[in-house]
Amino acid sequence: MSFIRLEPRGQASKTMVYVTPLLAVALTLLSGFILFLAMGFDPLKALYSFFVAPVTSVRGVGELVVKATPLVLCAVGLAIGFRANVWNIGAEGQLTLGAITGGGLALAFYGEGGWWLLPMMVIGGAIGGAVWAAVPAFLRLRFNASEILTSLMLNYVALLLLNYLVHGPFRDPDGFAFPESRLFEADATLPILWAGTRVHLGALVALLAVAGGWLLIARTFIGFQIKVIGLTPAAAGYAGFDQKRIVWLTLLLSGALAGIAGMGEVAGPIGQITASISPGYGYTAIIVAFLGRLHPVGILLAALLMALSFIGGEAAQIAMGLPKAITGVFQGMLLFFLLASDVLIRYRVRFGARRAAA
Amino acid sequence: MPSHAETYPPDAPPPRLELRGITKRFPGCLANDHVDLVLQPGEIHALLGENGAGKSTLVKMIYGVLHPDSGTMLWQGAETIVPDPAGARRLGIGMVFQHFSLFDTLTVTENIALGLDNAGPMDQLAGRIREVSERYGLALDPGRHVFHLSVGERQRVEIVRCLLQDPKLLIMDEPTSVLTPQEAAKLFETLRVLAAEGCTILYISHKLEEIRALCSRATVLRAGKVVGATDPRQETARSLAEMMMGAELSTPERPPQGVAGVARLTVRHLSTTSDNPFATNLKDVNFEVRAGEILGIAGVAGNGQAELMAALSGEVLLADADAVVIEGTSAGHLGPRARRTLGLAFVPEERLGRGAVPELSLSENALLSGYAREPLVRGGMVHFARARAYAETIIRGFNVVAHGHRAEARSLSGGNLQKFIIGREILQKPKLLVVGQPTWGVDAGAAAAIHKALIDLARSGAAVLVISQDLDELFVLSDRISVLFHGRLSDSRPTHETTVERIGLLMGGLFGTPPDEDGEITRAV
Repeated sequence: MSFIRLEPRGQASKTMVYVTPLLAVALTLLSGFILFLAMGFDPLKALYSFFVAPVTSVRGVGELVVKATPLVLCAVGLAIGFRANVWNIGAEGQLTLGAITGGGLALAFYGEGGWWLLPMMVIGGAIGGAVWAAVPAFLRLRFNASEILTSLMLNYVALLLLNYLVHGPFRDPDGFAFPESRLFEADATLPILWAGTRVHLGALVALLAVAGGWLLIARTFIGFQIKVIGLTPAAAGYAGFDQKRIVWLTLLLSGALAGIAGMGEVAGPIGQITASISPGYGYTAIIVAFLGRLHPVGILLAALLMALSFIGGEAAQIAMGLPKAITGVFQGMLLFFLLASDVLIRYRVRFGARRAAA
Repeated sequence: MPSHAETYPPDAPPPRLELRGITKRFPGCLANDHVDLVLQPGEIHALLGENGAGKSTLVKMIYGVLHPDSGTMLWQGAETIVPDPAGARRLGIGMVFQHFSLFDTLTVTENIALGLDNAGPMDQLAGRIREVSERYGLALDPGRHVFHLSVGERQRVEIVRCLLQDPKLLIMDEPTSVLTPQEAAKLFETLRVLAAEGCTILYISHKLEEIRALCSRATVLRAGKVVGATDPRQETARSLAEMMMGAELSTPERPPQGVAGVARLTVRHLSTTSDNPFATNLKDVNFEVRAGEILGIAGVAGNGQAELMAALSGEVLLADADAVVIEGTSAGHLGPRARRTLGLAFVPEERLGRGAVPELSLSENALLSGYAREPLVRGGMVHFARARAYAETIIRGFNVVAHGHRAEARSLSGGNLQKFIIGREILQKPKLLVVGQPTWGVDAGAAAAIHKALIDLARSGAAVLVISQDLDELFVLSDRISVLFHGRLSDSRPTHETTVERIGLLMGGLFGTPPDEDGEITRAV
């Protein structure tokens, strides 16, 4: 008999639901320590420059918020879908489309803007993201095609579309053929909330999404239907909940939120449409949603942690000359350890051999 | 090692199995508390107890699925620890579970080979299967695919699988819950032959009449403890039930039916076609249920009950809107929510996983169907205080044993969860209630309470349709009985004009063979 065994718990452990994310963070740090040691760096110094140094300045904290903003927006939408077993993996593409439609409006009304332009761009970005998410919704309900695959594949289509646009119609006429648009005018740029940083109005919108997401999940009848469909589809059918409607609703909602996130990037920190809008926010948001236990408040905390991995990765590139992939390595380890330690919610670890057969 | 052997007279053989002080604790409950049990060679021994009394836990420990925290097991006089089910089979312990584990798309032989530890070549195995099934009167064709087989035949596959290993102890968990009375009688013959050959049978059932007919010894468990052992042939079903409950049993009485009122549910020419090759299509089903009456639909599982339930609840929409008429409104095109608004309430056969969400609290499960006819949702927002109050009303009104409205549905015993679900539906004051298997696997006390609630509902003017495999239950409840066989429904008969035997024959598909007293031939298939 094996020495270490997993034994099922009678009931899922409520404590472990909160402990395993912390455990995953601890294991990630430990693995990072070993990784840096093996690479010949001073591990403590490396971890310090990765996870602590970036947030020792006001500017650094501001950057943390800037990076967390699109993560929160995408992850809240994804989490609502995940709760209903709607697996939208396409937030990256929906974010890109939101940047194209929202930012496209800024270019279309270049020089003719007014106070109305920003609200219109928000709506335009939301519609762009929602339309992109409507494709997998339609394919799933009409042809029973897995939205995991269709939404993922549409990410690449969205990127190609963006590439075409910045090399063609969106290109800055005075930009010496660089693949980027004009810089947006003030009317098309999100106002800065915190002087001395790049924290913009989008951060407030993200907080609103957290509050709205919580209200939807915890208080509304739609939220209850989402919960039942996610847990027990047969019971939802018995109760008469319209599962098609929930698929549409969750995909359109998460697409719209991702679209707003993308519009916020081009109208915020970037200030123009370029060929690379997102360092993978849409993918990282999947990790954020699970790390935050699909709960809006948890997502807020998880987004800040993952934002730290983005700026820590940048800092590590500069301070230690590490490749860009270091960000992905840490994000991947975190998701891996989280999924692995989630087994502790339903099982407990027992040491020692089982009493042998007589 | 057999240190206890000296406790027996040297000439008598040791018991086949003896349990001494077996204790098993789960988080939050003591499932078995110092259980002693002695099984003699060749006896058919009943294990009795209400839901949650610890029967399943005990047999799982005998079969090596679970392991006792303390206590000893003596196999033929020698102290033994059963490490796992394979070890149990090596000792000579076989078990037929309540839920079969067969692959539909494999043949009988292939299924049996999968469950054997030393199957050998397939053609030899097929020969052995034929031999064993003939010897024990278990007609079975080894080459057939399992999806062709009736539920009774599937059970035979499981039994033959056990018999091939020459068991010395055969454990049977609720074996007759899926059988017609005639199939059950045949099973009893087989078990008696086995016992006569010296095999010990440990028999778990809720059907007390069956136990009185079959078993020579019964051990009664209550709340994890052995509370008595008796010879069931010397007891009545009532006294056995009261031993299990530790209280007096009140059986519901069905007051004579008044004048049947208006038709609340009318089903006309209901036929279904399903994409699922294993589904049973309904073929021209006709019936009506009137205000104040209970119509019972008998039949062995798999004869179209699931399809009929789905067509009535609205989970599957029908091509013909007029095939299902509720309260005078054509409902074939309406979904469950709209049908509930018309006055339908519904108790599905699967309690956990359809009638209730296992992980959700009772107040959330009250909302699950309660939203349609109770004011639990206002302006798109859930009124949680009202949902809690509604759950508390159900818990109090139907004596549901649970830790309040916060208890998760899965923490309730089967009987208590069923009382909760039936209460949830009845308190919505439905005009029409459709119930599938109301007391399947529910202990006697809860079953009596459920039966009483259904009868009261009908007598207060609602129409009640009960779809069940349990004939005793249908004869207690129904004013009229029909039989569903291969997707066709027989004409209904008033309950007092028919007998269990005749309905049993119809359940076996013998429509038309037994002429009734008045010379009429039941509608042939």
